[in-house]
Amino acid sequence: MALPKAKQDATEAFLAQVTLPEGAAWASAARKAALERLRDMGVPVRRDEYWRFTRPETLFERPAPEAEVFVADEEPVFGAIDRLKLVFVDGVFDAEASDDPAMDGVEITRLSQAAAADIHWARELYGVLEARSHADVPRPLAALNSATATDGVVIRVTGKPVRPISLIYLHGDRTSDAVLHHLVRVEPGAEVTLLENGPAAARFNKCIEVDVAEGASFNHVRAQGRDHERRAVTHMFARLAARSVYKSFTLTANGVLTRNEAIVEFTGDDAVAHVAGAAMGHGAFHHDDTVFVTHAAERCESRQVFKKVLRNGAVGVFQGKILVKSGAQKTDGYQISQALLLDDESEFSAKPELEIYADDVKCSHGSTTGAIDETALFYLRSRGVPRGEAQDLLVLAFLAEAIEEIEDPDIAADILSRLESWLARRRD
Amino acid sequence: MLEIKNLHVRLEEEDKEILKGVDLTVEAGKVHAIMGPNGSGKSTLSYVLSGRDGYEVTAGSATLAGEDLLEQEPEERAAAGLFLAFQYPVEIPGVGNMTFLRTALNAQRKARGEPEVSAGDFLKLVREKAKTLKIDAEMLKRPVNVGFSGGEKKRNEILQMAILEPRMCILDETDSGLDVDAMKLVADGVNALRDEGRGFLVITHYQRLLDHIVPDVVHIMAAGRIVKTGGPELALEVEKNGYHDLLAEAG
Ligand SMILES: Nc1ncnc2c1ncn2[C@@H]1O[C@H](COP(=O)(O)OP(=O)(O)O)[C@@H](O)[C@H]1O
Ligand SMILES: [Mg+2]
Repeated sequence: MALPKAKQDATEAFLAQVTLPEGAAWASAARKAALERLRDMGVPVRRDEYWRFTRPETLFERPAPEAEVFVADEEPVFGAIDRLKLVFVDGVFDAEASDDPAMDGVEITRLSQAAAADIHWARELYGVLEARSHADVPRPLAALNSATATDGVVIRVTGKPVRPISLIYLHGDRTSDAVLHHLVRVEPGAEVTLLENGPAAARFNKCIEVDVAEGASFNHVRAQGRDHERRAVTHMFARLAARSVYKSFTLTANGVLTRNEAIVEFTGDDAVAHVAGAAMGHGAFHHDDTVFVTHAAERCESRQVFKKVLRNGAVGVFQGKILVKSGAQKTDGYQISQALLLDDESEFSAKPELEIYADDVKCSHGSTTGAIDETALFYLRSRGVPRGEAQDLLVLAFLAEAIEEIEDPDIAADILSRLESWLARRRD
Repeated sequence: MLEIKNLHVRLEEEDKEILKGVDLTVEAGKVHAIMGPNGSGKSTLSYVLSGRDGYEVTAGSATLAGEDLLEQEPEERAAAGLFLAFQYPVEIPGVGNMTFLRTALNAQRKARGEPEVSAGDFLKLVREKAKTLKIDAEMLKRPVNVGFSGGEKKRNEILQMAILEPRMCILDETDSGLDVDAMKLVADGVNALRDEGRGFLVITHYQRLLDHIVPDVVHIMAAGRIVKTGGPELALEVEKNGYHDLLAEAG
């Protein structure tokens, strides 16, 4: 398919700046193939339907816009959770700061090592889900990731490791431009929790490909860093086999530009996928959640719950699709996206989509944009709760449905406390 | 306790005067009732006293124990001891009733410089008060007023009052939508709080409630004014003859 001239020119100009990292033969081949996919799709431009609400340029054009390093005034998230820590600083693995990756029930390698060796399952997954996904919508920045990722973690879960695996992304350089690509394979019946937190870099392009086998379970909770000027484009590709369970929750507070894509495909029957997010934006904040769930098996349940709290000119975007293929009978699909606008300057755009080719399915979606309920606010104040605190209570109530998607009560409590302090810092 | 003088209130949105010079004093230890036809301004009075937006006081004053109420934020009025049992209690999805009660109690205590109530003491307090109002544990766990029946909402208002222990209680048509048993529960709840230091202003459309909460003074409100004041017998007169004769007589 020929690209429009302007897009083709932009793509060639960009590709001229790209060099691929070194690796073993399979890795080099995978990277080259990804680069060719990018060349075929072209770089994203504003006119692309898929980028209607978010300007893509600063997510890939070089050099990356600089981002001031944020000095946090609180302990990082997940601090009290017993976890296996793997630390990246500006996208570079920090062995000193990381834990020994040996743990029962899981094999953890770095992508840079896996790429030098030949880990057959990694080879069969790297760039594979990404490549499959373009049949529906081109996702060139994911292909760019597969082509240029310098590192990542490669996780094979064979049992039920007692601790979550925690990826910590520190940001220390205001010019850093990090690209990481993780692979996760959860073997039949195995279970794992993956935590991610931190800003990672001035600009972060991250991709995770997750293959969840029969009866296996993958749990994911992430908190993106609070650096105000950071940018991130992330893709999470999941392929779900029969009876598997996939749950992902993301908290985003701050960041000048974030695009989080989740691409989930049910390939086996009776599987469950929940994708949820809470985004808190104040001022220069543009947050885009783009989700694409494909039901290609029977009796699967998918649930998308996205909430955004926007103030002082912050912008929220949600694009969410449920595609039910013919034969995917008894699909149960649910999608809700809601924004709470705390003033008149903020805005929310939503594009919910259902595309259904099976006749016996249950799918629903809803999207709302609203302000604080003044009547409820007055009721609380009339009981003695000060305005700021009352408003925060209502904001947390608004977010509750998303936070309830976090299974582990300790992790949920930790996320909740982040939300509370984010709100408290902004009380009038 | 509560002193209202020549209170004039208009709506902010439209140029419409609702209260046209209300004078009313509720002494500590007394129960005053306000009766009056629909639309006479009873709820407006209760909202203005508790600080709801949308009203403009064009003349007059309202004080609680000598302090100017009208200058204060709603939460300050609450901490000072004013409580309004809403005619239409508000549903707050996502905020648990227990969280709501504890947040309110501790916020008021904090504003008054008192220590917070511990989780254990709070639980004991709520259980005890809820029991007398026949509010079950399930209702306490649910979000504030969400899915509550009309009667449950009203009982929940009285529960809040019992826990917050305000010194000036305004009840706006707390009897509406209640069956006889529920009304009895609510009245018992109110009567249990009656004491020397506490004033009550019971707004009602019907005399029924006043059989159970016997007032010291009854006022008739019409078209934004108190047009007649008397003893409990005034309520009976309304019950017997309706408002029409009374209003005609008051001119
Ligand atoms: N926010 C408002 N907007 C428009 N009209 C109002 C508003 N509040 C009160 N009113 C009007 O003021 C009058 C008094 O209302 P209200 O105080 O509710 O009376 P009551 O409680 O005695 O039935 C009515 O005519 C009502 O329609
Ligand atoms: Mg009324």
